[in-house]
Amino acid sequence: MEIEARIRRHPVLPPLPDSWVKFSFNGREMVGRTGEMVSSAVFAGGEHIFGHHNKDGGAQGIFCANGQCSQCTLIINGVPLKSCIVPLEDGMVVQSVEGLPSLEDIDAPSVKPPEDIETDVLIIGAGPSGMAAARELGASGFNVILVDDKDRLGGKLVLQTHKFFGSEEDCRAGIRGTKIAGILAGELQEFPCIDIWMESIVLAVFSDGTIGVRKPDGYKIVKPRQLLVAAGAREKSLPFPGCTIPGVYGAGAFQTLVNRDQIRCSERLFVLGGGNVGLIGAYHALQAGMTVVGLAEGMERCGGYKVHADKILRMGVPIYTRHTVLAAHGDENLESVTIAAVDENFKLIPGTERNFKVDTLLVAVGLSSVNEFHSKAVEYGIPSMLTGDSEEIAEASAAMFSGRICGRKIAFSLRGESVEIPADWLDKAEILKSPGGSVEEYTDSTIKTGVFPVIHCFQEIPCNPCMTVCPKELITTDGHPIQGLPKYSDSCIGCRKCVAVCPGLAITLVDYRKNSEFPTVTIPWELGDWVLKKDQTVVVTEWEGKLIGSGTVLRLRNAPGYPSTMFLDIMVSENIANRVAGVRVQNPEVTIPAERIPELPIADDAIVCRCERVTAGEIRELIREGVRDMNELKARSRAGFGACGGKTCKTLIPRILRDEGISAEEITDFTERPLFAETRLGIFCGKEHK
Amino acid sequence: MYEAIVIGAGSVGIPTAMSLAEQGIKALVIDSGRSAGQGNNKCAIGGIRATHSDPAKVALCLHSLKTFSTWKKIHGDDIGWHMGGYTFVAYTEEISRSLQNMIPAQQKAGLNIKWCSIEEIAEIVPGINSKGLFGGTFSPEDGSASPMESCYAFHRYAVKLGAEFRFGETVTSIEKNDTFTVTTDKGEYSAVKVINCAGSFGREVGAMVGVDLPVYPDMHEAGITEPVERFFNPMVVDISKITGSANYYFYQYSTGQVVFCITPDPPILGQGTEETSTFLPQVARRMVKLYPRLANIKVRRTWKGCYPQTPDGAPVLGQVGPEGYFAAVGMCGQGYMLGPGVGEVMARLVTGRSTDEDRMVLNAMRLNREFSGTEALK
Repeated sequence: MEIEARIRRHPVLPPLPDSWVKFSFNGREMVGRTGEMVSSAVFAGGEHIFGHHNKDGGAQGIFCANGQCSQCTLIINGVPLKSCIVPLEDGMVVQSVEGLPSLEDIDAPSVKPPEDIETDVLIIGAGPSGMAAARELGASGFNVILVDDKDRLGGKLVLQTHKFFGSEEDCRAGIRGTKIAGILAGELQEFPCIDIWMESIVLAVFSDGTIGVRKPDGYKIVKPRQLLVAAGAREKSLPFPGCTIPGVYGAGAFQTLVNRDQIRCSERLFVLGGGNVGLIGAYHALQAGMTVVGLAEGMERCGGYKVHADKILRMGVPIYTRHTVLAAHGDENLESVTIAAVDENFKLIPGTERNFKVDTLLVAVGLSSVNEFHSKAVEYGIPSMLTGDSEEIAEASAAMFSGRICGRKIAFSLRGESVEIPADWLDKAEILKSPGGSVEEYTDSTIKTGVFPVIHCFQEIPCNPCMTVCPKELITTDGHPIQGLPKYSDSCIGCRKCVAVCPGLAITLVDYRKNSEFPTVTIPWELGDWVLKKDQTVVVTEWEGKLIGSGTVLRLRNAPGYPSTMFLDIMVSENIANRVAGVRVQNPEVTIPAERIPELPIADDAIVCRCERVTAGEIRELIREGVRDMNELKARSRAGFGACGGKTCKTLIPRILRDEGISAEEITDFTERPLFAETRLGIFCGKEHK
Repeated sequence: MYEAIVIGAGSVGIPTAMSLAEQGIKALVIDSGRSAGQGNNKCAIGGIRATHSDPAKVALCLHSLKTFSTWKKIHGDDIGWHMGGYTFVAYTEEISRSLQNMIPAQQKAGLNIKWCSIEEIAEIVPGINSKGLFGGTFSPEDGSASPMESCYAFHRYAVKLGAEFRFGETVTSIEKNDTFTVTTDKGEYSAVKVINCAGSFGREVGAMVGVDLPVYPDMHEAGITEPVERFFNPMVVDISKITGSANYYFYQYSTGQVVFCITPDPPILGQGTEETSTFLPQVARRMVKLYPRLANIKVRRTWKGCYPQTPDGAPVLGQVGPEGYFAAVGMCGQGYMLGPGVGEVMARLVTGRSTDEDRMVLNAMRLNREFSGTEALK
């Protein structure tokens, strides 16, 4: 079946099942993949507008695609539902939400009380940390209920097509996240004491020590001896004029559409935010065959790992550091974005505006921990712990390790024993969490004979598979065994394992043995075998993307033992061979800004609360009037009263307060109230979820 | 020296300060919350009715209704007023009889109310479960508004008329010599008169001058849904009692959300705001049975608010204890709807301008009454 907005071939992801159902969107017949989320099916059908807000008629589209924000609400078979967590079924009637939805009359349903369930441990979130903890607890024989709101295990692992950082021994470094999700899921099957509840969402923590969970077969009240919050993180946002135009959405949502559901959701996109999420998002877009016209980062240098930034620079994506997005333009659909340079105080530098024609803007401006269940549990005296991103934002490699430690701690404490965690575990947990360190100076390799790897990795990051994979143990470090910079010394046998394993694609192999004038450089390649042809001339770049010449493609073949990683052998001149780190794949023309800057809307128009469509100007006015109690601000502006429960605006309003020069001490914080996710009333009295 | 100090900037204190200012008294209002209505005003669900069994409460709420319903026209602020009426539905013969028996007295007290047949109720509440329904009352001039929006509007107006507010200050003692000295954790203020509008803390603030005000707080949980297109108008009240709960009620707010609340039985005493796991299953079961389509509306938020109860379900109003000390407490969860009416009566009392009707109300709500009756429509 031919469908336009789908990814037809992907260098890493296996094709999804060829099984299709018919449904309708606003009366138009569409076809979607069986069981994919309705939001993805609608997107694939080319519809990005999910409705118009009742306050101002503003167009709305997806934002988080993660069950958090409610922006994707559609009327599905007559009921308004978050479409990103509703699996598509044959014959569904789907409509956009135009203003307020209507509530149809129905026959009296039967009612029944919720089921009460006791367990040793309730784990919220089946991502890397939750699964790792469940495995530890399962191995100790404890009854575990592992709850996750998605339809499959793995959390964000299922979106991570890149190879993992960390160490092979501790967190499966060098293997792709998608694969790790499957491995961990398989391990959990071994333990019958682990009860896995998919498509289930925790709604509230109650004062009687129970936790309310919405499960597909009904509402459950769970009483655990111990709670473990492994719910991960949610994406932060940034208020700029046009930030709610359909086409502006989170990088997580993008990864969900592209890597989970294989939707070709964009042709040309821009990325805001140079953390790992934004950098990887750009890379994933390139892998899916989309054009990335640029990435803006507010700081002096990208916060994500340098190897990630270098990778996309080499492919031809410009990174604009000390830049921010001024505005997104478009009425119903995104048409362009304007960025501008900022000084060290984030003040705009006039005259530096650039405008890019794009259909999508990925917002990747950081993550905040989902930890509200833990705070409530502590308040109500329920034993509770945080793990993974819920505890501290870090890589999934760190999350897996922290989950393991938490699982172990809980097992000890439930047995009434004093907790014994090996000292090196705690040390590793800290190391795996560490962000990238400072960048060392690039050192040129001067060898021009034999065969050897060139390691284009000059920032300390918690990652060492290149050292553990080398059969001759030729890659070592002077520093920490995981964190230290890798150094190669002498007598390489040319096995290329280090090239294949490096998650940063930062190792090349240079071989002077056959031809010392035109040596062969092996570059790791993850873009599929259809992008380049044998004998083709390619533009080569050094580590940070600077063009240094050209080369000829000799061959492209699979790296044995590393699925979807290929070895690209190119022949280049010996004067550049050691410095070649990558091949430019994007034509520089696609990254050229538009000639004309569209008229810029005023900053006060930026929407801070998406649910209630409250602007920065409205918030600012109240602050200037003297409002310091966030509860009053909420009541008067309605920011935070919406469907998402303040999940987005909660992090934005403090920024406005800071901008207005209000100190934190003057402010009285919001009162947190349940529910965590909007839930149909009928579910609480036994009317089924589906 | 202030002419009057009002303790409490909530549903009762703010309208009282507003009415005092209208009578020419620029009061100081003190509240421990950080802004207006941060006690239990913001927990109120917003229903405003003159449908009570006690004529004094009918009279007070008719005044309140006038304030709420005309506010936008007179002052311009949108306080979310919606004249959707109230319907008390009867699913037992006993309730049907009891509701019908009240009607003559309610009508005599000036309330626009009538008995409706099953068909009429089904028209007012389209889709209501008519199985076992006997009919119900309908009082079309009752309605609803936003507690917070009205609280802020009243606050702004009171400030405009010269009332002074001190937020984030907790009253710790009150001393009476020639005048009153009110001490807070931040300062000391003197006044000729003190009005206790302290809501759930009414009893404590009474004890500061040696008066025992019979105010005993209990807690009720409430919830709000997503907004949907309007599908019914009135507040629907079911006063039948089943295991675990007494009455419950719900309505659709002016911007489309359904707001609901239930009275737990036995009551949850005290002032703890922590959520219970029983509330949603309990209220959902009853609401969905009564009004099936509510099964598909999404609950957005829940919270718990305080009902400062008195033994007979009616407030205590009037001069109590030392001369110059007044109480307007024990609103029994109806402070929001009683507030403006109470404020007017209190302001006239403090300034010696009580009307005959005021005297009737103040007599019914005096402290030294028997507290033996019960409000049938709590």
